[in-house]
Amino acid sequence: MEHIVIIGNGIAGITAARHIRKNSDKKITIISTETDYFFSRTALMYVYMGHMKFEHTQPYESFFWKKNRLELKKGFVNHINTDTKTLEFLSGEHFSYDKLIIATGSKPNKFGWPGQDLNGAIGMYHKQDLEKLEELAPDNKTCKRAVIVGGGLIGIELAEMLRSRKIPVTFLVREASFWNGVLPKGESTLINEHILDHHIDLRLSTNLKEIVSDKNGNVKSVIIEETGEEILCNVVGLTAGVKPNIDFLKPSNIEIGRGVKVNRFLETNIPDVYAIGDCAEQHKPIGNRRAIEAVWYTGRMMGETLAQTICGNKTEYKPGHWFNSAKFLDIEYQTYGWVFSERHKNEDEHHFHWRHSSENICITIAYNKNSKLFLGINTFGIRMRHEIFNKWLTEKRNMDYIMTYLKDANFDPEFYKHYENEILKAYNLEFETAILPVKKSWKRIFSKA
Amino acid sequence: MKTIKTIGLIIFFIGLAIFSALPILGNYQLKAPIFKELIAEKNIKSAIFIKNLEDKTFNKTFNGMQSLSPVIAEIITNANKYHIKNKEWSKKIYTKTSDMSALIGKKSAIGFIPNNKGLMWFLTFGLGIIGALLFILPNVILLGKKGIKNNGVYHESATNRGWIGWLVFFFLVSFYIVLYFGSEYATNWTFLVDPISKFLSGNPAGHWFVYGFMYCVIMSVMAIRMYIKYRHNMYQVFRTTSVLFFQIVFAFIIPEIMVRLQMPYYDFKNAFPLDYDFFFQWNLKDLLASGGIGLFILIWGIVLTLVIVPIMVYFFGKRWYCSWVCGCGGLAETLGDPYRQHSSKSLFSWKVERYLIHGVLVFAVVMTGLTLFSFFAETGTVLGLKVSSIQTTYSLLIGSIFAGVIGTGFYPIFGNRVWCRFGCPLAAYLGFVQRFKSRFRITTNGGQCISCGNCSTYCEQGIDVRAYAQKGENIVRSSCVGCGVCSAVCPRGVLKLENGPEDGRINPTEILLGNDIDLMDLLNKK
Repeated sequence: MEHIVIIGNGIAGITAARHIRKNSDKKITIISTETDYFFSRTALMYVYMGHMKFEHTQPYESFFWKKNRLELKKGFVNHINTDTKTLEFLSGEHFSYDKLIIATGSKPNKFGWPGQDLNGAIGMYHKQDLEKLEELAPDNKTCKRAVIVGGGLIGIELAEMLRSRKIPVTFLVREASFWNGVLPKGESTLINEHILDHHIDLRLSTNLKEIVSDKNGNVKSVIIEETGEEILCNVVGLTAGVKPNIDFLKPSNIEIGRGVKVNRFLETNIPDVYAIGDCAEQHKPIGNRRAIEAVWYTGRMMGETLAQTICGNKTEYKPGHWFNSAKFLDIEYQTYGWVFSERHKNEDEHHFHWRHSSENICITIAYNKNSKLFLGINTFGIRMRHEIFNKWLTEKRNMDYIMTYLKDANFDPEFYKHYENEILKAYNLEFETAILPVKKSWKRIFSKA
Repeated sequence: MKTIKTIGLIIFFIGLAIFSALPILGNYQLKAPIFKELIAEKNIKSAIFIKNLEDKTFNKTFNGMQSLSPVIAEIITNANKYHIKNKEWSKKIYTKTSDMSALIGKKSAIGFIPNNKGLMWFLTFGLGIIGALLFILPNVILLGKKGIKNNGVYHESATNRGWIGWLVFFFLVSFYIVLYFGSEYATNWTFLVDPISKFLSGNPAGHWFVYGFMYCVIMSVMAIRMYIKYRHNMYQVFRTTSVLFFQIVFAFIIPEIMVRLQMPYYDFKNAFPLDYDFFFQWNLKDLLASGGIGLFILIWGIVLTLVIVPIMVYFFGKRWYCSWVCGCGGLAETLGDPYRQHSSKSLFSWKVERYLIHGVLVFAVVMTGLTLFSFFAETGTVLGLKVSSIQTTYSLLIGSIFAGVIGTGFYPIFGNRVWCRFGCPLAAYLGFVQRFKSRFRITTNGGQCISCGNCSTYCEQGIDVRAYAQKGENIVRSSCVGCGVCSAVCPRGVLKLENGPEDGRINPTEILLGNDIDLMDLLNKK
């Protein structure tokens, strides 16, 4: 029986394992050094905040693995010998495979800041990071202030976590506005304001110079690059993005760049060795996507795709229309299609932006300025239907169509206030059109592209 | 703000302490006029009972129910022993000891408590309400901006099965035991609400009136907590208002007013088989003897169960009843909201749930069948089974212990829907309709789920919502009561409760939306 070995029990590796099991009888082993069972990494924050216990982040009960004959092995793979198809563990143990899937995910970036390895300087990615944070910052007496370095999704989540225990937070963001490499200006501004509303000391255009140690090797303070200001703190969160967790592959024959180099079939340069999820790097980026996609959904999609290939139905990784979501403190964010920030958009991409006068609600729709072709939407504080936007993108609809049928896309809970008419009014004014809104129709919602 | 909360808590506990002490306080003194009234009212023919009662209680003062109740128990037992021996069935006392003690207690109480009803109400209910509100209202400010407010749920002793949780459990269970099995100890509580009962129905309050009043008070106070916690979520605001309205108006005020108008006591929203004694002989006789209104209630009750309930479930899901109308659901959604996360999500619990809830439904239906047969055939036994003992068994096991003691008492341990999930026969019936013929579903938003588990954690019915959402499947489950909290706590906007066409309601997927379109088409076609 062919033995499939998966290194990494995150969403990519587990999805691959589940789908291989659905379609075959192969022997499957999943190796992890982090935890015994798969858990949702994105939910670690809720454990610290007290919304859930760690076991709630585990999507499958423990009987699931045995029932589906998914063997779990705890251990750290130190080296892969692709000639003999053998894994060498840190413990000295050897383990052979027929096909190998590398799905080791990411680890936090560190940019060589002085003091970045001090006790008290942590990332927020692994379960161990959560445990460390619980130890360093159980309450605001032990941790009098935390400084977060890096204004991305993990940074703002870490800020929310710490604020849930009333720990004062200083948030250092290199950019002039929060996440403005991804978000257009209007939205980035909204989030800046929201961060301040949550009593987070947001410092824009601010870089970390160094982390200062006390005499015991613990974090004592940070020094700001621009002003030289010293901020006393007990915890420093290093959340300036992530990079593929692949150091252990360096001595092997597997080709690596920033991540494990793969082709569109998720194959590495070595036969029978594949890479998926955050750690995989496409030779050429697919469409507007990045070569390394460190997103939950893409990890899952790669797992779904690779399982087909492993089970004999050789399938290219062809992700559909881009989508993503996040939550910035209290504001939910969804995106469908491509909306680029001012920094990255090309000159044909124009934006229609609408923001509510008092609530934290806004949308940005990107379109081609010549053809009015709909390119993508960012929505803050309004939930939208994935199916609908996916269909509109496939059907290459234009702005007027989107605006006419916007009510079909609303996914907010029942009895919520609707804003489509207001949005349309603003659109008609800006574009000098006279579009009338059309009522939601189940028939259209369920019709296929 | 913190100080206000602390003061509120202290005031609440003073009220609670007085309330809890009342069952064993107070004096009782039996005098001739009361005594005559009692004999007449209960139509007591037992000379032994009368004599013994005279000898042992006349012109004596009893300190607390705990000294009166055993004496009455002994008197009844002795009298009945004698009558049974002599087969004097008409003289036997059929009234239960606690009912008799409660009745005597109510008539014979003297002293501070019955003489200061208003003051005593204030010292118990009044302080409780004021204290609770002082504790809850500062949250408008303390909870900060609107949004999901579950910070610390698993750090707090009260909501994480800590010692406070167990204390609440102990208190609730004790309360229900008194209510169902020791109603004589509720005598002093009845005095507190006598003025309200007299105002509504014209009668003095019994212990069920105390319960009904308390139910409304607790729901109202805890509804305020819900409004504050979910102030961003209109679905929760509307739903809470609806359950509160149906409890106060339909379950509490209308039945009392009907009594005042010489009509049968009836809660128009309480549908069979949750209202398990609707077809019991005594109720049918009572309704048939009440003229037009009785007949109307009888027809309404049947139409409610057979027509209105299933049609409404078809259009809106069982939520229209379970979390918008029902009293049990109403308490669960207000008092029980802090405990919703304790419902077990394991596959094992789901199996237990299906056996238990459908078992209770079968029990209720069979019992009703036998009851109706015995009613029309005018016989006490059917197929060798004594119908009245089946009814007594159901009332005791299901009506009192399951629905009351376990159903509510276990909130802090097993979550707020223990009864609704494992026991309610109406929920089982509604569940069939919801699962097989309904427009209701919880739609999963394409591929947006990140498996975080908030939805499953906060599902009060123990549904592993995430198991469906992470596969891109809509949630169509018979047990879902449509509380809407999964949708509320979802950080990525994945879940939406909605009523839509039946086609496409159940949508098994192999590969989620967002991946290769050709592959999705190929594999999802099945």
